[in-house]
Amino acid sequence: MIDFLSTFKMATVSLRVNKMRSILTSLGIIIGASAVIIMLAVGQGASVKIQKDMASMGSNLLMISSASVTSGGVRMGRGTKPSLTMKDALAIEKNCPSVGYIAPYSSEAKQVTYGNQNWSTSIAGTTPEYMKIRDWKINLGRNLSSEDISNMSKVAIIGNTVANELFGDLDPIGRTVRIGGVPFKVIGLLESKGQNSMGHDQDDFIIIPITTGQKKVFGTNFPGTVNMINVKAKNSDSIYSAEEEITELLKKRHRIGKKQENDFQVRNLTQMMETMKNTVKTMSLLLGSIAGVSLLVGGIGIMNIMLVSVTERTKEIGIRMAIGAKSSDIRIQFLIESLLLSFIGGILGLIAGVTGAKLIEFFGSMTVYISSFSIILSLGFSGLIGVIFGYYPAYKASLLNPIDALRYE
Amino acid sequence: MALIEVKNIVKTYTMGNETFYALKGVSLQIDSGEFVAIMGASGSGKSTFMNIIGCLDKPVSGDYFLDGKNIVDTKLDKLSEVRNAKLGFVFQGFNLISRTSALENVELPMIYNGIPAKERTERAMEALKIVGLTGKEHNMPNQLSGGQQQRVAIARAIVNDAPVILADEPTGNLDTKTSYEVMDFFVNLNEQMKKTIALVTHEDDIASYCKRIVRFKDGNIIKDTQNNPIKGGSTAV
Repeated sequence: MIDFLSTFKMATVSLRVNKMRSILTSLGIIIGASAVIIMLAVGQGASVKIQKDMASMGSNLLMISSASVTSGGVRMGRGTKPSLTMKDALAIEKNCPSVGYIAPYSSEAKQVTYGNQNWSTSIAGTTPEYMKIRDWKINLGRNLSSEDISNMSKVAIIGNTVANELFGDLDPIGRTVRIGGVPFKVIGLLESKGQNSMGHDQDDFIIIPITTGQKKVFGTNFPGTVNMINVKAKNSDSIYSAEEEITELLKKRHRIGKKQENDFQVRNLTQMMETMKNTVKTMSLLLGSIAGVSLLVGGIGIMNIMLVSVTERTKEIGIRMAIGAKSSDIRIQFLIESLLLSFIGGILGLIAGVTGAKLIEFFGSMTVYISSFSIILSLGFSGLIGVIFGYYPAYKASLLNPIDALRYE
Repeated sequence: MALIEVKNIVKTYTMGNETFYALKGVSLQIDSGEFVAIMGASGSGKSTFMNIIGCLDKPVSGDYFLDGKNIVDTKLDKLSEVRNAKLGFVFQGFNLISRTSALENVELPMIYNGIPAKERTERAMEALKIVGLTGKEHNMPNQLSGGQQQRVAIARAIVNDAPVILADEPTGNLDTKTSYEVMDFFVNLNEQMKKTIALVTHEDDIASYCKRIVRFKDGNIIKDTQNNPIKGGSTAV
């Protein structure tokens, strides 16, 4: 048995001599390996992003909003006539066992002032449960309480952006702001969440008790109505049953006939995420097939060039056999050569893939995520291809008869 | 005891429907320390004979004892080991591996022998020194003259301490002066390093360096004579 280092050195000689040929042969592997890297980078990046979005949106979330209404054959836009009420929210809480938390929600853009500072932001009227539904946290101060709701307290929780715009470096807790002229005491500061997936600043808003909002801040022609009801299902298994229960209940409450369209809409965010995940999966599958095909083609290319190499070097094989190489020595030498060829392709492909993924991140504004797993996978695959497709030429070389091989010109 | 002993060796080749007898029952004994010229016209069977005693080919029938061991039934991979340990080859076309330095070419038999790298290099340097190529170790074969290439091949043949050197028309590609120089090395190998040498040639002046001349014709040995070798090739020039 000959030592690995010597075989390795011998294998590099012919690759070095035929540099151009070696690189061209590796091209298929380069493309394949880079496709593997990009596929996994984009796929994993997307799923990491979806998970992040889901986390900031809250999990197991259902959003109930008013649907479009038909008035004299004309279909109006969604929410034209607010159909959801505070009473609907109470009824859902009471009658739907799959619902964990429920928070009615109304919002309107208003001007907010503090001293000589002013800022236009979105004012959200809701209940304390909203924080639990969205998995949001209070950074400073406290959450709304049920007393705030029932007493219609003039208290507010503000987002980071609002705090910066109005107070700068001052501690906002306990200060009084005016929302549409009505004074509110700031009781809490929300933890910063940054932008959501649509690029919307999630820190630019104020939360107040919904009862106070309806009475003092929001101008609405439909008293007692809310824009939206947010619901958190008890757990991920109960989200679909919660959706059914709510639809059932609201149909009954709103007296929707069998042939009538619902005047409300239940959106299941988990389902939306599933759809997005499926899209990513399809994309990964596409890239995966590109990777598979080019690795296969690359493998055939390696086999081809190795067969050429064996023929070209028949005499060399004969010399080696005459001076004591066993057929296994010859086989290993050519196998290492093809392995090296594909492995170099794998490394170049890795570089190309990482570069490609970074370019996609930069120009396509997509999140990419390059894991060590994907690096190991692409290198492993290219190495495997080299062994599989290099085996036949190496085997063929090892079968040569030394006399014939020596006579070969 | 004979180092090489072949008994009644037959070798046939089939060409289409015809069977061609390359060796028709050849027997020969070469003792340790001999320097034998194998002569004959092409097609006489001398190359086939060399291939068989070189363990590159197997006879159809007959026995071949190398160093006392019958190797006719030895497996191919074992034959590689026998070649590596017992035989050194020198060919007409030098047969160095291209794009591989003189030193690495000489190291090759030891690579297949599993000798550690450091010892390999030392021994290869020593062998190159014996053939007078110190300073040319890192030259590629195409940077060496024909005579120098053949000397590298000789170094490769002796580096593994093989007792037998088989040379197949080693001077066939060389001019007369270089041929004589190369023959001087063979004489030295035989006399000073006590190598047993079998050398194929069809030139009488090359054969005259040898101690014994065996002549082949039509698959048989027709003449086997002792020869009084001329001393020192360079003096003959």
